Amino acid sequence: MSDSQGENALATTPSPAGRSAAGDDAVTAPPPVRRRTRRTDWRKHAEIALLGGPAIIVFVAFVIFPVVMAAYYGFFKWKGYGAPTDFVGLENYVTILQDTTFHEALMHNGFIVVMSLVLQGPAAVILALLLNRKIRGRSLIRVLIFVPYVVSEVIVGTGWSLMLQTTGAVNGFLEKIGLEGWAVDWLSDPDVAIWSLMLIITWKYVGFAVILFLAGLQSIPEELHEAAAIDGASYWQTQRRITLPLLGPTLRIWAFLSIIGSLQLFDLVYIIWGQYVSATAGTSTMATYMVLNGRNAGNYGFGNAVAVVLFIISLVIALTYQRFVLRRDTEGALTEGKK
Amino acid sequence: MSAIAVQATPAPAPAPARKRRGKKLERVNPLVYVVAWLLVGVCIGPVAFIVLGGLRTNSQITMDPSGFPTTWEWGNYASVLNSSMFWQQAANSAICGIATTIGVVILGVMASFVLARYDFKAQPAMYSLFAAGLMFPMTVAITPLYILIKNLGLMNSLAGIILPQVAFALPTTIIILVPFLRAIPKELEEAASIDGASRLGFFFRMVVPLSIPGVVTVGILAFVASWNSYMLPLFILNDEAMYTLPLGVQSFASQYSVDTARVLAFTSLSMIPALIFFSLFERRIVGGLTGAVKG
Repeated sequence: MSDSQGENALATTPSPAGRSAAGDDAVTAPPPVRRRTRRTDWRKHAEIALLGGPAIIVFVAFVIFPVVMAAYYGFFKWKGYGAPTDFVGLENYVTILQDTTFHEALMHNGFIVVMSLVLQGPAAVILALLLNRKIRGRSLIRVLIFVPYVVSEVIVGTGWSLMLQTTGAVNGFLEKIGLEGWAVDWLSDPDVAIWSLMLIITWKYVGFAVILFLAGLQSIPEELHEAAAIDGASYWQTQRRITLPLLGPTLRIWAFLSIIGSLQLFDLVYIIWGQYVSATAGTSTMATYMVLNGRNAGNYGFGNAVAVVLFIISLVIALTYQRFVLRRDTEGALTEGKK
Repeated sequence: MSAIAVQATPAPAPAPARKRRGKKLERVNPLVYVVAWLLVGVCIGPVAFIVLGGLRTNSQITMDPSGFPTTWEWGNYASVLNSSMFWQQAANSAICGIATTIGVVILGVMASFVLARYDFKAQPAMYSLFAAGLMFPMTVAITPLYILIKNLGLMNSLAGIILPQVAFALPTTIIILVPFLRAIPKELEEAASIDGASRLGFFFRMVVPLSIPGVVTVGILAFVASWNSYMLPLFILNDEAMYTLPLGVQSFASQYSVDTARVLAFTSLSMIPALIFFSLFERRIVGGLTGAVKG
């Protein structure tokens, strides 16, 4: 899931269809001089097919087609060899929805979604405001803050699981600064483990939020701050009344990416807690449940059914969010396009 | 040519703005510096633990897990660099990363050009198709994808990693590149057509060179994502000689779990390429994100 919270960054386009429809005629309408004949029309379509076709084929074959097949496989009891024949109807889905292990995983995902927003959001806004000031070494600081995001999940998982062992660096460090009372079993104590996971997630992804917010801050015209300063507004008043509202669209898009990433969380948990410990440590997610009970157990029909459940949950949340939260931004984009 | 290239960049604002701001360094509360560098310490600390840990001995790590190296032990790094397995896995990662990047860039530029500069009925639908792909990372599709790769006979081969990675990187690429290609002035296309260039000629002579800055952004994103990817190789590759570095790190860490220092050396060597790429192109990537956020 290295791409989970990251490059999807660009989900930013809140209004794919709408915007392109609105802005398009102006940009791509052929010059009026050139008369549309049947020949150029045929030629145009050939070009479209030639240039757009390969991308569509690859995308449909490896992204859309598997998701569709998951829906089909989900109705079978199937070990993954030959064609699935043992049709069981909705049995897999009934099993999933009644399995308390899955309920726990779902609860953990919900916890991670909420805590990611609560922990990373305010922290990232404050840090972005801080780094948006003209301080020495700003570009170096930015690069360094981005480092945890660039380092792969496997490295983060390996490094942190070594550091969080009972005799690891974190407890050693706490002992050194006289806080040995805080030293706990970070990874296996069920009361602590999910917070350790949140610590690692925050550490890894807060830099991405900061960079995104910094980008948003830079698009706010400086004149607004100057005008506010002339009117006698203090620094914090300016931030609260001008910067935060104007940062709204960026915040909402970041929250969307964070939610989707949290729902699909797999790598970190699977690397740190492995296949079996995650459930007892209280850090299992829907994705680790899927891999554990699907592929690792050899029940591919069941694994596909879990994938479908995960897909539907993500889709419903994504659509709801787009409908109710991102709608404002979409309207803005549309009206802008019409101007 | 270079003047035009600047024009075509979707987010040209930050660069001049930065310059203007740089002139008048405002007086900032020293506390801001303290907080900023404290934050940097928190971000860098764990990475430093990994890198420095590789320079220590196991007994040093056991005695004082959070300490600095007292003697510099280059042996751990040397032994990793001398193992053929590390280089084999680094080569696998490099092949996957480069092939994925090339595939994504070629397919992405072509499709984005169609979406940005052709006027046809299915255009909004095609855009929505790719945009929808953004919502669903590989996690959802991994189980059926594994079966598909198996049926194609691509199990335990790098092609089985590269093809899906290209497909999954396409949405991001297209979303970044489309506004970029739209920003190429229409006058250029008209001028080219007056000079007798067809739309395809315009594509190869003008669009491809002009889109280089955007291509660099999407290329780096695709390469780093591939370099770091874990879930897909975990499903597809099952032979240690075919492993990419993330899987290699994990299997090395479980095989030599007693030899913590060597595990840390292996781990830090495997993160170097992604770190170099990102720090070299940080500004460009942030610029690309800015353009996309403004959408």
